[in-house]
Amino acid sequence: MLELSAAQAIAAIEAGELSAQELFAFYRERANEHGGLNCFTWIADGVPLPSGGPLSGVPLAVKDLFCTEGVPTQSGSRILEGYLPPYTATVVSRLSDAGATLVAKTNQDEFAMGSSTENSAYGPTLNPWDRGRVPGGSSGGSAAAVAAGLAPWALGTDTGGSIRQPAALCGVVGLKPTYGSVSRYGMIAFASSLDQAGPLTRDVTDAALLLKHMVGRDPCDATSLQLPGEIAKPQAERLDGVRLGVPAELLTPGGDFAGAEAEPGVRDAFERTLKLAEDLGASVQEVRLPHAPYALPAYYVLAPSEASSNLARFDGVRFGMRAPDATDLLDMYTRTRHDGFGPEVKRRIMLGTYALSSGYYDAYYGRAQRVRTKIAEDFRSAFQDVDLIVTPTSASVAFELGEKTANPWTMYLSDYFTVPMSLAGIPAISIPCGLSPASDGASPAGGGLPVGLQIAGPAFSENRLLDAAHALERAIGFDGVPARV
Amino acid sequence: MRAVIDRDEVLHVARLARLELAEDELEPMARELSAVLDHVAKISELDLDDVPPTSHVVEVTGALRPDEPRPCLPRELALDQAPAVSGEGFLVPSPQA
Repeated sequence: MLELSAAQAIAAIEAGELSAQELFAFYRERANEHGGLNCFTWIADGVPLPSGGPLSGVPLAVKDLFCTEGVPTQSGSRILEGYLPPYTATVVSRLSDAGATLVAKTNQDEFAMGSSTENSAYGPTLNPWDRGRVPGGSSGGSAAAVAAGLAPWALGTDTGGSIRQPAALCGVVGLKPTYGSVSRYGMIAFASSLDQAGPLTRDVTDAALLLKHMVGRDPCDATSLQLPGEIAKPQAERLDGVRLGVPAELLTPGGDFAGAEAEPGVRDAFERTLKLAEDLGASVQEVRLPHAPYALPAYYVLAPSEASSNLARFDGVRFGMRAPDATDLLDMYTRTRHDGFGPEVKRRIMLGTYALSSGYYDAYYGRAQRVRTKIAEDFRSAFQDVDLIVTPTSASVAFELGEKTANPWTMYLSDYFTVPMSLAGIPAISIPCGLSPASDGASPAGGGLPVGLQIAGPAFSENRLLDAAHALERAIGFDGVPARV
Repeated sequence: MRAVIDRDEVLHVARLARLELAEDELEPMARELSAVLDHVAKISELDLDDVPPTSHVVEVTGALRPDEPRPCLPRELALDQAPAVSGEGFLVPSPQA
């Protein structure tokens, strides 16, 4: 059962070779047995009734920040400890209507703020390839669970790279769709103009299948859109005529971003993949995104600003924890937020509040919004010359627990390759493209840690993106499994 | 645009954010915010005077629906997760001690 992808499991269930209940019980037990990775914040008690639908009851793990009625939803935060939402997120309802069954909620950085899942109030998730290392973040629990075979597939969210980077560091597939394709209703908000839900899966076919049942306009989210066409099953085996662009500004950042440069093993795997793409018929050319180096600084104004506003709702009044023995209302607010938020969340609230405060708005938030316009223009102009843009997903393979916690900016640099696409609202997928030894020379059994390839396309190009990813996935032949627990 | 955030600025912003910071959180917060803002200052290099701001990448206009009454969250459900309730509402400490 463990060997089956979600699509294969569905086929087996439909053929009567496997029962959905059996499969659910199998994964529920695995999730319970392998608590050591700390992937989960909640695991289902019982086995659900047969559900039918196109997803045939195949179990799904869901990032903790999606509201699930009557099921703990804590967004990795102490301030929401034990919170039981009165309703379910639209995307989770849609998937459950399509026949997915909720097997577990997954660990994450608090309010999705982080790149390592070390910022969870419920302890860090460990990387199944090497337990001394992080799984990436913020959707680290989902990525690690899929990589370790503790769930067939999972939901994550991506604000600046939170699906793609953990997918890369865990050796699984992660897709951030075009902004607006998936309803944000019931997703606990981090930065509303950037947050998007997406799939974390073992292969590209599963990513397409899960996405197909996630997308669509939702009256409860005014920024949600109807996609121009249905998400199709990816079939491509060749890349004939596909023009791939490699952005010089991201690949050789230099200057202020020397620390964001891809390490040699990542670079090697990336270049081997470009060769493979050419063998499949693609052309590879350099492309310019002149403002890409400004994406990360702009993001660290925009996202914290939106977060500082979104997180104002956590005030100890309507839900979550409340600090005891307050002298008055203001004292209750400030102490609840002091006790309930972790250090990174406090940092981002402070950063955002500062950037939005009187006298600083124009220099920070106003400018960052203008930078965002330039970045979106850069992509539009690049897509005149190429069909898709490719980069490594992350400059490094999985790093060690604690390695980047001392210096916030070092951690923020983890998103250097993924943030530009987020600001432009365009879709991007990460697929495993090989293994590389860690930069410190340490290599787990098997010869290395996973490297991710990021492929980005214009808004609403999901089908083209998935097709290209599918052709490359076949050619790369990544076997996708750490030593299975 | 080199921003150096000192302890007083941290306290001011924390007050705006309705966030209490302990004594031992103030100095690290000042240092870390200053360091991040130093990197963020890169955006001041660009000439952006004629560039319109982007608040949202998706052009959604007129996302309106008919204003028709429909059921909302029942009161008891809305109150169910509150730390303290009083009869029909959320119970909070007095605004003035």
